[in-house]
Amino acid sequence: MIRAPLRPLARILQARAKGENPDVIERENLRVRSEATRDRDRARAEGRLVILGFAFFCAFSVIGLRMGVLASTEPAEPKAASSTAEILTLRSDIVDRNGRLVATNMVTHALYAHPKQMIDPARVAAELSAIFPDMNAADLERRFTDGRSFLWLRRKLSPEQVQAVHDIGDPGLLFGPREMRLYPNGRLMAHVLGGASFGAEGVDAAEVIGTAGIEKALDARLRDPALAAEPLRLSLDLTIQAATTEILQAGMTIMNAVGATAILMDAHTGEVIALVSLPDFDPNDRPANPVSGDPADSPLFNRAMQGVYELGSTFKIFAASQAMELGLVNKDTLVNANAPMIWGKFKIKEFKGKNYGTLSVRDIIVKSSNVGSARLGLMIGAERQQAFLKSLGFFDATPLELVEAPRARPLIPTRWPEIVTITTSYGHGMSASPMHLAAGYGMIANGGVTVTPTLLKRDTMPAGTRVLSPEVARTAVDMLRGVVTDGTASFGEVEGYEVAGKTGTANKPKKGGGYYENKNINTFAAMFPASDPRYVLVVTLYEPVDTSSAEAHRTAGWTTVPVAAEIIRRVAPLLGLRPIKPLAGDVPTVVHN
Amino acid sequence: MRPFLLVFTALTLMALAFWAYRENYATQAALRDMQKLQAEVASLRESLTLQKAEWAYLNRPDRLRDLVALNFERLPLLPLDPGQFLAVADIALPPLPPERPLDLAPLDVQGILPEEDPL
Repeated sequence: MIRAPLRPLARILQARAKGENPDVIERENLRVRSEATRDRDRARAEGRLVILGFAFFCAFSVIGLRMGVLASTEPAEPKAASSTAEILTLRSDIVDRNGRLVATNMVTHALYAHPKQMIDPARVAAELSAIFPDMNAADLERRFTDGRSFLWLRRKLSPEQVQAVHDIGDPGLLFGPREMRLYPNGRLMAHVLGGASFGAEGVDAAEVIGTAGIEKALDARLRDPALAAEPLRLSLDLTIQAATTEILQAGMTIMNAVGATAILMDAHTGEVIALVSLPDFDPNDRPANPVSGDPADSPLFNRAMQGVYELGSTFKIFAASQAMELGLVNKDTLVNANAPMIWGKFKIKEFKGKNYGTLSVRDIIVKSSNVGSARLGLMIGAERQQAFLKSLGFFDATPLELVEAPRARPLIPTRWPEIVTITTSYGHGMSASPMHLAAGYGMIANGGVTVTPTLLKRDTMPAGTRVLSPEVARTAVDMLRGVVTDGTASFGEVEGYEVAGKTGTANKPKKGGGYYENKNINTFAAMFPASDPRYVLVVTLYEPVDTSSAEAHRTAGWTTVPVAAEIIRRVAPLLGLRPIKPLAGDVPTVVHN
Repeated sequence: MRPFLLVFTALTLMALAFWAYRENYATQAALRDMQKLQAEVASLRESLTLQKAEWAYLNRPDRLRDLVALNFERLPLLPLDPGQFLAVADIALPPLPPERPLDLAPLDVQGILPEEDPL
């Protein structure tokens, strides 16, 4: 920087020549210079003041805003997000309709190894194989020493096993926390609950995912962190489920059946109170899916929903009630039921080659006449019959909240010639599951309005569609009551509960086609009490034989009906139903306990 | 006046610094406490879950049924039966205590005042 000289020579010389004092020039220049310096410094100071002022403004604004935020928000603990409390129960519990626990989580440990930190792999391998008999010491040692740095050893450990592994005391053995799914009631509700296993696994945590049943169908709901604290409430009742299972198990043994299923449903809400399928399994230790053979032989097979078979005579009430609804007949109209009925190349016979002659519509149901039902089916016609069955849900998979449900579709003939109309009217030709049947009977019990079965407790009822008038539904219930009082289901009478129902005996189909002569699928679809039906019970036994008398009986009336009656006798009091008329004879005893 | 103000300001500053120091450590201690409490809550919640599971396991219907069978002699419990529904009239209640017999002997009265209730 070139500074202006204080004593410029030219002016000094000029001043000297004029005899002036040259110091004046110097002072003058000094003044100019100091003024310039002062101006520059002032500008700089002003700039600094502005910046400082801005900084103070910002700082006070931040403090002010923060104070405002603190004053206006809810007080909360800081660092709450780091809490482990939320992570522990990520999957919500499942409870029955009364709040009793049926599925919960338990904290356990997984075992893994860091072989490179291991001090004595040979000893660790030997001690581990002593704790876990399925581990091979030589194999483990080879894997500990082949240079890998990480190895999973065990997915779940019991507390005793954790202690035993701790006692080995090797720094290369490590535990990871795990949540496992626990079903405290064991086999009860096995087919509804399904099971759970681990999804993505890490050292610190593993996600628990449902593998079947409601655990998989509602996996997203159960894993929703917002709903983790709220248990999923089923419509099933643990006590009633246990009683039903006990009786069905006993009935299956007495009747020499290979399988059995029972569904108890609230006819007004569609809530399934009990759903049993035997044989069952333990969801805590779910067996692997069968890879060969008939899936229906596996205990994983849910017969109530996946057991899609021809349901036999239980369908006859649908033909009869639809014919009455259409005004084609009333309950006393006489129908030609002369057997055998020849239709083209087909011959429709009655059970054991009987011939009932002319029957009223009520007697067609009570005596279970195939030919009579076939005549009713022909009066209705194929299209109206299909529409009616479709409105009851017989053409779709059941809407149950189980992952297997959408895949268990009923088997519907692709074409619907008249012979299919005839066979469908008495329950052959098309196949459906007992759950479908329960929904169909639920409609009749509900006064002609369809019900949608569900496994979840409902607060509000979904509106059904009316398919039968209340009067026709009432008449249909009376006809079903007649089946029990003077028809094929006479063993179904339970004093005080006015059981109404219809039996169905169907031969089991062979794999290649045709039917087994001696293997039946026997169904009893019932509702009670008949004067005001509230509950629907469908019981099916697979290949039962009643050998209590000299002659072996294979019909539903001899096998399934007594089992169903016993279930109603046990379960109806548990449902809080009073017997319709007080039982005579018994002198009441007052018990103190 | 000026030196007094200076000393006063310096003392105030020192007091505030001391206060801020104390507050800082108190806050940290509170946070540590809170974390400890949350860990405790988590472990209590975990054991609560475990105890609920155990309660459900011990009360599973299979086990209760077996216990009822084992203890049938001491407490003869049977499944609920339709015959156990009764009307109140059917229950053999203990007889009511006998009413006090009315004293039928005539009372000596001179007269009953109208406002007195004779009963």
